[in-house]
Amino acid sequence: MSTRVTSAVATRVLRQLRRDPRTIVLILGVPCLLEFLLQQLFGRDSPVFQEVGTPLLGMFPFITMFLVTSITMLRERTTGTLERLMTLPLAKLDVLAGYGIAFALVAVVQATLVSVLAFGLLGLDVLGPKWVVVLLAVANAVLGSTLGLFVSAFAETEFQAVQFMPAIVFPQVLLCGLFVAPAAMPTWLRVVSYALPLTYAYNALAKTAANTFDARFALDVAVVLGCIVAAVALGAVTLRRRTD
Amino acid sequence: MTAPAIRIDGLHVVRGGAVVIPGLGCEVGAGSVTGLLGPSGSGKSTLIRAIVGVQRVAGGTVEVLGVPAGSSALRARVGYMTQAPSVYGDLTVSENLRFFARVLDAPAAAVDRVLADVSLEEFRDRVVNRLSGGQRARVSLATALLGSPDLLVLDEPTVGLDPVLRRDLWELFHRIADGGATLLVSSHVMDEADRCDELLLLREGRLVAQATPDELRARTGVADMDAAFLRLVEPAP
Repeated sequence: MSTRVTSAVATRVLRQLRRDPRTIVLILGVPCLLEFLLQQLFGRDSPVFQEVGTPLLGMFPFITMFLVTSITMLRERTTGTLERLMTLPLAKLDVLAGYGIAFALVAVVQATLVSVLAFGLLGLDVLGPKWVVVLLAVANAVLGSTLGLFVSAFAETEFQAVQFMPAIVFPQVLLCGLFVAPAAMPTWLRVVSYALPLTYAYNALAKTAANTFDARFALDVAVVLGCIVAAVALGAVTLRRRTD
Repeated sequence: MTAPAIRIDGLHVVRGGAVVIPGLGCEVGAGSVTGLLGPSGSGKSTLIRAIVGVQRVAGGTVEVLGVPAGSSALRARVGYMTQAPSVYGDLTVSENLRFFARVLDAPAAAVDRVLADVSLEEFRDRVVNRLSGGQRARVSLATALLGSPDLLVLDEPTVGLDPVLRRDLWELFHRIADGGATLLVSSHVMDEADRCDELLLLREGRLVAQATPDELRARTGVADMDAAFLRLVEPAP
């Protein structure tokens, strides 16, 4: 692995994104719009908006980067650029880290923008430090990006890749604790919930909103970081030098 | 005589349950332009993929520049142009080349050199998706030339190009070979055979002949390369 190649990959991914202004507007605008809708729907001072607003803000980057990375990576696989890359002097980690860094940088902008809107204009309150929310959002973006990279190996077309989003992301959003706390779930659902990374991402964000940085918060962050490492390892397995 | 650049022995490739190459052996001499010719579907691309080390093989050995194909030591020494242009369509020509140059750690001047090699200087700031098919193929070729590789493996580099460009590219291939590099160039157009030092004729995954164009004429008794190929696969009664 080399910093030269990793940064070349990251720069290239960002340059490709820059060529697609409509996607940039969607990545940056949609979370702001949804946060605004949430506030309008429940009201500025409603407990629902106050409770759900922060975790949602921190989970947007996970969803966006999962989708964007899985499609971009699928294109690399189908257009032959990945095959070419695999014949060049670069490590698989250069590709994985390059993608992760590029989309983490996009997530910094995305999370900062929606934070400024939600905390500044929409009246969302967070008891813990706001920069922790942004930092957790970026970690979630990297998790989404690495997972998207992994699942892109199982899609043959962009249609299939798009369907992975409801298949892999939606169940995690349903079971992460946003709607029902894991403690109140039937046992088998609770087991599933604790097996999914977004549960820990949600909990860390909820703890930050409530300013309770206990051992559970440390565990949540550790699990999210551990899942990133695991997703990178799984992603590396799908980047094959030799194929059929 | 110097060691061959490519040495293949008993190569056996199965793709999707079908045998594509049932056992193939050949050698490609260093410093030459070797043409890999055969009809479409004859296994040219599969053989090429095995040589650059991206094809999963069922048996046999492929040795490139003295080491097994796909070895990490070869990644900086082998240039590979895939059949479909494998460049980023949403980047400009020079953005593509600069990216691959950075991966290869090639000097910045290499980008200008390869642009001139494939006559694309005036399109350097054009987004690849806005180029014609032939121009796109040349961007892909330019990318393979970036690292000044010792072995260049080109899968149908001249397909869809006008005669002037085709002549220019074949002259370029010979200039590169004169500099000591080895080129393996595939084509399904038999009239390109005369531009090669040596030919590998492939049909249904089997090597029909390995010869120079003149040897092929002498052996078959016909001057036209298409006719020579037919004579080889369908011997006169």
